Amino acid sequence: MKLLEMNHIKKQFDNLEVIHDISLSVSEGEILSIIGPSGSGKSTLLRCATMLEQIDGGEILYMGEKTAWVAKDGKRFYPKGEQARKIHACFGLVFQNFNLFPHFSVIKNITDAPITIQKRPKAEVCAEARELLRKMGLADKENAYPCQLSGGQCQRVAIARALALHPKILFFDEPTSALDPELTGEVLKVIKSLAETHITMVIVTHEMAFAREISDRVIFMDKGVVALEGSPDEVFDADHARIREFLGKFGQYGSSRQ
Amino acid sequence: MLRSMGIFALTLIFSLPLGLLISFGRMSKNRLLRTITKIYISVMRGTPLMLQLLVVYFGPYYLFGMKIGGGYRFTAIIIGFSLNYAAYFAEIYRAGIESMPVGQYEAAQVLGYGKISCFFRIIFPQVVKRILPSVTNEVITLVKDTSLSFSLAYAEMFTIAKQIAASQTTFMPFVVAAVFYYVFNLVVAVVMEQIEKRLNYYQ
Repeated sequence: MKLLEMNHIKKQFDNLEVIHDISLSVSEGEILSIIGPSGSGKSTLLRCATMLEQIDGGEILYMGEKTAWVAKDGKRFYPKGEQARKIHACFGLVFQNFNLFPHFSVIKNITDAPITIQKRPKAEVCAEARELLRKMGLADKENAYPCQLSGGQCQRVAIARALALHPKILFFDEPTSALDPELTGEVLKVIKSLAETHITMVIVTHEMAFAREISDRVIFMDKGVVALEGSPDEVFDADHARIREFLGKFGQYGSSRQ
Repeated sequence: MLRSMGIFALTLIFSLPLGLLISFGRMSKNRLLRTITKIYISVMRGTPLMLQLLVVYFGPYYLFGMKIGGGYRFTAIIIGFSLNYAAYFAEIYRAGIESMPVGQYEAAQVLGYGKISCFFRIIFPQVVKRILPSVTNEVITLVKDTSLSFSLAYAEMFTIAKQIAASQTTFMPFVVAAVFYYVFNLVVAVVMEQIEKRLNYYQ
């Protein structure tokens, strides 16, 4: 089943079109990585999928259901109220700079939305949150505040927070770009462990070795279009001038950082 | 003294929520609402509080020919103070709300918070922490401004001090008044500092 389909998406800021007619789909259980140079529209595409940005053309379908679209006359249609809540419950998003709520403790960051928004029983949510923290290696941090944690720990809390809502599809927007190599390692390890649970993930990343190892499919974006798409081997070994040039800048794509 | 404290307490009770409402208007997408609140704030901050008190008190009579009695005096003072302070608080709220990083709103949106729960659970508690020092400033000014009620001949503490000083040709009432304001503000400052400390558990 296709969890997410984006058809002919267009997005512009003022008069600058940053996404030109992109289509992609994500099947259940699939891990899709989106790579490409900065400014190629990867993050914008992800923000369109999570409805943080409104599209200027095309349509977005979740679970095969038309969710957001732009009509022929240019009018945008976005879900409202109850329907919007239903769609938002389908996906989670992990931000580059975590965006934890600083005034909530770690456990409250994770449990607040399930309890107050999804109205699930508190005891059940808290037990589940503790289990998530344990998996993230943060069992002893449940009463800490985000300001007391390292960047890597914050990002792991953010991942737990997203998972607590039981999303069908989890988006990562450059989850390790704000972290040093050591902290990057611990976050990537967590994402890899999630991959083993077969949760559907869409990951925008600059970690090439990681993307190659973990993904079922890779999209290489350049200048607002999908330049290349395929299995990790097909994309990373492609004889394509632009991706060779891009990967060349990483030294060897085997090493994740310059 | 109780009367001064009454003006102080009631003004805070009314002007703090009213200021929040006005700040919403000031940041509204609706242009008309934005313009109206902008003019309101501009007038309230741009004219003397004493004059506003006189307008609130005598306005009903001169504008609508309504009969005003002595009982209205205290009400007029509370209305005048609340309207005036709400304008200042509105701008403080606005500064606090606009200083919040957009990532907090985005995280809340993705987690499924609606606009109202996002504001009251995520944004507002953080705004309170940010604006507390500016609010303390206003509250301290308010303590001293309560003496302006003399303009409506309302016998709050400073008015009485002046009367005693005049009738008995002594300086003492002024000293007592000064000590009262100072101690009152000292208490205000200490209380606000305690609140700030309690909110210091996060950065």
